[in-house]
Amino acid sequence: MKVTLEHLTKIFPGRGRKSREQVVAVSDLTFEIPDGKLIGLLGPSGCGKSTALNLLCGLLKPTDGRIFFGEQDVTSLSPEKREVGMVFQNYALYPHLTVLQNILFPLQNLKGDKKLTKSEMQKKALDAAKLVQIENLLDRKPGELSGGQQQRVAIARALVKTPRILLMDEPLSNLDARLRLQTREEIRRIQKETKITTVFVTHDQEEAMSISDSIVVMKDGVVQQIGRPQEVYDDPCNLFVARFLGNPPVNLFRGSVRNEKLYIGEEPVMDMKGAEDQDVSVGIRPEGFILKEQGVLTCSLSGVEVMGRDVSVVASHACCLEQTIRAIVGSDTKIDLSNPVIRFDLKPEKVLVFNAQTEARLRVKDAASV
Amino acid sequence: MEHKNIKAWLYLLPALLFLGVFMVYPLIDVFIYSFEESYNFASQTYTGTGSYNYSYVLRDPYFLQALKNTFLLVVITVPVSTGLALLISVGLSSIKPLRQLYQTVFFLPYVTNTLAVGLVFMILFKRTPYTDGFVNLMLSWFGAGPIDFIDGSYAAKMFVMCLYTIWIVMPFKILILTSALASVNQTYYNAARVDGTPAIRVFFRITLPMISPTLVYLVITGFIGAFKAYSDEVALFGTDLNAAGMNTIVGYVYDMLYGNSGGYPSYASAAAILLFAIVLTITCINLLVSRKHVHYIS
Amino acid sequence: MEKEKNFKLKPLTYVFLTLWALIVLFPFYWMVLTSVKGYGAYNSEYIPKLYTLSPTLQNYADAFTAVPLARYFVNTVFFTVATTLIMLAVTILAAYAFARLDFRGKNLVFVLFLSLMMIPNELVIITNYVTVTNLDLRNTFTGLILPSVTSVFYIYLLKENFEQVPDQLYYAAKVDGTSDLKYLFKVMIPICKPTIVTITILKAIECWNSYVWPRLVTDDENYFLVSNGIQSIRENGFGRENIPAMMAAVVVISLPLILLFLVFRHMIMAGVSRGGTKG
Repeated sequence: MKVTLEHLTKIFPGRGRKSREQVVAVSDLTFEIPDGKLIGLLGPSGCGKSTALNLLCGLLKPTDGRIFFGEQDVTSLSPEKREVGMVFQNYALYPHLTVLQNILFPLQNLKGDKKLTKSEMQKKALDAAKLVQIENLLDRKPGELSGGQQQRVAIARALVKTPRILLMDEPLSNLDARLRLQTREEIRRIQKETKITTVFVTHDQEEAMSISDSIVVMKDGVVQQIGRPQEVYDDPCNLFVARFLGNPPVNLFRGSVRNEKLYIGEEPVMDMKGAEDQDVSVGIRPEGFILKEQGVLTCSLSGVEVMGRDVSVVASHACCLEQTIRAIVGSDTKIDLSNPVIRFDLKPEKVLVFNAQTEARLRVKDAASV
Repeated sequence: MEHKNIKAWLYLLPALLFLGVFMVYPLIDVFIYSFEESYNFASQTYTGTGSYNYSYVLRDPYFLQALKNTFLLVVITVPVSTGLALLISVGLSSIKPLRQLYQTVFFLPYVTNTLAVGLVFMILFKRTPYTDGFVNLMLSWFGAGPIDFIDGSYAAKMFVMCLYTIWIVMPFKILILTSALASVNQTYYNAARVDGTPAIRVFFRITLPMISPTLVYLVITGFIGAFKAYSDEVALFGTDLNAAGMNTIVGYVYDMLYGNSGGYPSYASAAAILLFAIVLTITCINLLVSRKHVHYIS
Repeated sequence: MEKEKNFKLKPLTYVFLTLWALIVLFPFYWMVLTSVKGYGAYNSEYIPKLYTLSPTLQNYADAFTAVPLARYFVNTVFFTVATTLIMLAVTILAAYAFARLDFRGKNLVFVLFLSLMMIPNELVIITNYVTVTNLDLRNTFTGLILPSVTSVFYIYLLKENFEQVPDQLYYAAKVDGTSDLKYLFKVMIPICKPTIVTITILKAIECWNSYVWPRLVTDDENYFLVSNGIQSIRENGFGRENIPAMMAAVVVISLPLILLFLVFRHMIMAGVSRGGTKG
């Protein structure tokens, strides 16, 4: 099922006696989710991603704009008529019902010609349980399950009535690191098997990047960028997106463009053909540094962290906006720790330049290292 | 260390003293009283020991009447008040404007002197040569009555008694149930809405199980409270409850101790212990039954 | 989350709630209304009127002059204040000992304590009555107050609250050389003020409404509390014929608690839902 959002806007009226100011939670959200894809809604807390999800499932009604499932306008439909499945952040499993009863619960609500017989329900519930591999836990109560198992039950309950869309609200945030890794692969597998269009919300960029077909990066209720994870990472459209994606985060420098050249401090580091003179912020991905004795960027070396596969060079620079620069180089690199100065060449495709005021990306056609 | 011990006991001393004199000693004493036969209050002597006091009380028609009244009161008021309080609390939880106002109003009976307001109920229901009273006026609008609720038939008197008891116990139940309802996580309701669960089913499958521990608590305290009913009845029917035929077990205990028929602490003790035994039994049954049906969130 | 607007159910809910509000409020209205109706006017209304056009305060004057209502009032205030204060002192000391101090046998004493919570008042009141009579304390404030001052439940409630005060505070105070008693007054009591206020209010309400014990140990009008007073007015005083005056007395008796409630509304309701019982 293809999902289309058109100019979706949600404004909450001001609450409380002191501030009557209204809050724009989501503003002019417009994008399309192709059938059978998994989309990650990504952003820091308060960016409107959960509001967007609640608009999709119908728990909230938009102030403006429309939502289509396929060709059907569902904007004014109540949640139960939208045929969506939802996995809540704390799973919302009914604690007094067994796993099986929890999974059966949505089926027992079906009415009219959709009404199922007891054995049909049982079969569907078992299928869903099998899909998420919890068929041996059916008689337990949610309180007796681990976090990961509860998560699977929640997914089974959301899938059992074969929803048109599956929505997940921070599905991994309550799990520990190891389980998170496992479960996100599990979610990916289930989504691929069922081919249900899935939207999931997260604040963890790694999580979103690792399993989404597409990610939607949001900030203050406004979409910043939409695209395949790698695309967005490689080619962020503004400073916010560049900073939000990537671990370790992008290194930021104050810089300027003068005579079609990019300067960090007084060192020209890159050609910027066709760019006008201006102050800029320069983002360099950690993997964008190449150690070179005659390199274009001179930094003072603080130390080296060896982490198995990679070596990260920790350095500092007067124009860097953070305390330290972190550059990842291959583990076979030899570094002379006694030398306080270290020089790098830069990979042009890993150097991202933004206007210092608007924070918008400056794109250059033939960027090349000097 | 010794010094520390003594200091701690000093802090406890007042409480222990009061509890010892006015609770522990009386507790033992009441059992002794209940087995001392023909105890004379003036000379503080008795002629023998045995279970005569119990058999006397159990054969006393006043006690049997009190037992019947109390049981009826319990059986009627506990389910009705709990059910009504549940309805009202659900109603309260579903509205936003005026909620505070309603809550405040509903709580008022809790802070009233039951003796004083009982008199108002008595006036509202009583029929005198001068007036039929307000309730009979209302009944006459429907072409019924007049009925004398205070000095009339047993059923009429029982009706007023239950009504007043319910009026008195509602605030506590509404308050407790409203806060129990508020503590149910909103996500459960959202999950149910996404699944298209009808309101009735949400109530019976989600809300009710979630607040069932509170309901059990209210039923048990309700039973205990109703078994101890006394002052509400005095307010409605006067201090001579035996004459009105509306005595309760507690009333019987006090009447045996003091008042027109008083001066028999042995009989009073036997009746009090019987009451305690009944309450204990019913509470245990309640707990046993509820254990099977109640979901406790661990 | 937004609720679906349910156009059928919402008004119905309000109608239902309003109906119950009327049932709750009507007796209060009737009480005030009757108390301002003239004696003659009231007795001539065979069909009771829901309003009066000539309100009078004469009944209030009658209520205070025909019976010693003021005396009952003062007695009750004194009884309430004294009982509550002694109860507070006893409760705070005991709760402190259980929560903060270490002594041998503490757990055993506490378990015995808790088991006392199950003992209904009706069981012990008989012997207390005999005790007070034998000590010749009938018709004295001592006899009225002493058996009413202990509440196992309040000690329990306060002990739980005291235990939530972090241990570090106690050790810090000990290092500074603070005595136990000073620590109790300077640290524990201020921190646990909400609970202490709650049990104070609950006890005060209980005292103001107490009827059974005062009835057993007082038969001298000079020691009557309001509950006994109103009952005596009804059965032996003017209450048998002068209903408006009796209602005036009822209003006077009910007013203090209702005012207290309206002022401390949130505190009382929170307190009752935490620890109160009734009925």
